[in-house]
Amino acid sequence: MVDKKTYQFSFIIIFVILIACFFINISLGSVSIPLKDIFNSLIGYPTEQEAWQKIIQNYRLPKALTAIIVGSGLGISGLLMQTLFRNPLAGPFVLGISSGASLGVALVILGSGLFGGVLASLFISKWGIVIAASLGSFLVLLAVLAVSIKVRDTMAILIIGLMFASITAAIVSVLSYFGSAEQLQQYIFWGFGSLGNLSWEDLTILLIIYQLGILLSIFSIKSLNTLLLGENYAKSLGLNIKQSRLIIIIATSLLAGTITAFTGPIAFIGLAIPHITRQVFNTSNHKVLLPAVFLFGAIVMLICDSIAQLPSSDYTLPINAITALVGAPVVIWLLVRKRKMIF
Amino acid sequence: MAKVKKNIILKTQDLDIGYTSKKENTVIASNINIKLESGKLIGLIGANGIGKSTLLRTLTNVQSPLNGDIQINGKNISEYNPLDLAKVMSLVLTEQVASKNLSVFELVALGRQPYTNWVGNLSESDIQSIEKAIEQTNITSLKHKKCFELSDGQLQKVMIARALAQDTDLIILDEPTTHLDMYHKTYILKLLQRLAKETNKTILFSSHEIDLAIQLCDNLIVMTDNEVVSDVPCNLISKGTFETLFPKDLISFDETTGSFRVKK
Repeated sequence: MVDKKTYQFSFIIIFVILIACFFINISLGSVSIPLKDIFNSLIGYPTEQEAWQKIIQNYRLPKALTAIIVGSGLGISGLLMQTLFRNPLAGPFVLGISSGASLGVALVILGSGLFGGVLASLFISKWGIVIAASLGSFLVLLAVLAVSIKVRDTMAILIIGLMFASITAAIVSVLSYFGSAEQLQQYIFWGFGSLGNLSWEDLTILLIIYQLGILLSIFSIKSLNTLLLGENYAKSLGLNIKQSRLIIIIATSLLAGTITAFTGPIAFIGLAIPHITRQVFNTSNHKVLLPAVFLFGAIVMLICDSIAQLPSSDYTLPINAITALVGAPVVIWLLVRKRKMIF
Repeated sequence: MAKVKKNIILKTQDLDIGYTSKKENTVIASNINIKLESGKLIGLIGANGIGKSTLLRTLTNVQSPLNGDIQINGKNISEYNPLDLAKVMSLVLTEQVASKNLSVFELVALGRQPYTNWVGNLSESDIQSIEKAIEQTNITSLKHKKCFELSDGQLQKVMIARALAQDTDLIILDEPTTHLDMYHKTYILKLLQRLAKETNKTILFSSHEIDLAIQLCDNLIVMTDNEVVSDVPCNLISKGTFETLFPKDLISFDETTGSFRVKK
């Protein structure tokens, strides 16, 4: 009971930090806008300059919301993978989900020359990329899962996941070798990752699929907790392993797949956020971890995005580089300070 | 007759166990007829590789029998769905739990999973069962510790508490005394003996501690090359069953002390 109260307190603090990060993120950018006008624009009041309202409503607000979705979604998919594979190294990247998405996108962008003309433009549309990325990540994850049923050793599964990643990377390089300069540039820019390219329409699509993934994750809380005992114990507790595993994997590929599709492969978040959360909350209970990972993921992503825009300059750095540059030292610092990895 | 039947939790009839592959069936042991009664502590003993694990895996429905059937509370084991089976049979396995960051209370609470709602919230009665299981296994002082802080002996008690919290008629333990010192081996088995009496549950465990099992168990299931015998320990001693347990070149069974001696 005491535990519950301290958790509530921590959650309130973290939520306040999230709100603060949200506003800081919106207030920073190449054009400086007074805080008062930011509030005004958010609640629909007129701002001093009309352009400010446009900047905030059409650019900064969707970008901040994307950051929240991306951070929380990737964090949760990492948490699901780490529990499912009972391995602290698991995450969307290591298991090849992101490389699967990359392969899907590469096939669409770089391979579109093969289909020619009208068909190509159809494929390169945003929907084409989104579907390709989701399918790619789902297929790779399914392949890893199929192997994981045969191979019981979790270390072997991770290595197999890395091998799948290498295979997809190899296919992508073959495709890029034959791709045109334009296609290559398009693919590379997708690979840098970007939160700012989403229109409100894109955001709506992302949000719908994201909600589905989150919903499935929430439904998996009980089975995730049971899986903490290991699969044989989970089975003896009446858990339908095959079904729970499938739901967890579908949730992960929906989250990681669509997010990667819309924003490009964003490294590090999926692996690190669950670790940061476990260090702070010191629990393995997914009823606490899931909402906490959600909040931490959103906060870290907002901070990374704020840094990526290089406040008061016209440049925006690739978000993919920032997440690792900012996040990796944090994880190292946490592990060194506590001298113990909590899993 | 009806009353006697009621006390039998698990019963096998002409059970053959082993592995099936495409080419052939590998029979590990055949014609197993055992009855496990409530309130009894039953030990399963036999040499390495004789098929103890296969028998336990078959009794717990991890693998199917080659022939014959297993009845739990009068119902064939294959007719149970996983959730219903989890309400009549709980396990303590040799494998380590995947996450040692769970607190003792959290781990024991996972035993209530078959009864909790979709998100796993504990009701009043769930918490009562958990507290009771923690009390019965004398681990109240460990309640808020994390599992990685515990010794092997303490961890084994926690796993037993988890099985108790699952509130089943039958608890099956796979070699619960491995990795433990002499004192803790005895401690765990005495604990099981007391729990079987107090809670009227059927407790079946496999073990290599033959002398301890002889002293503490109500019944023993002995697996030898030729047959699977189930009886009270003193009958098994007088029948000379233990003599057939191992090759005779190194050790021999001493009937007066009920233990094995190294041949000089």
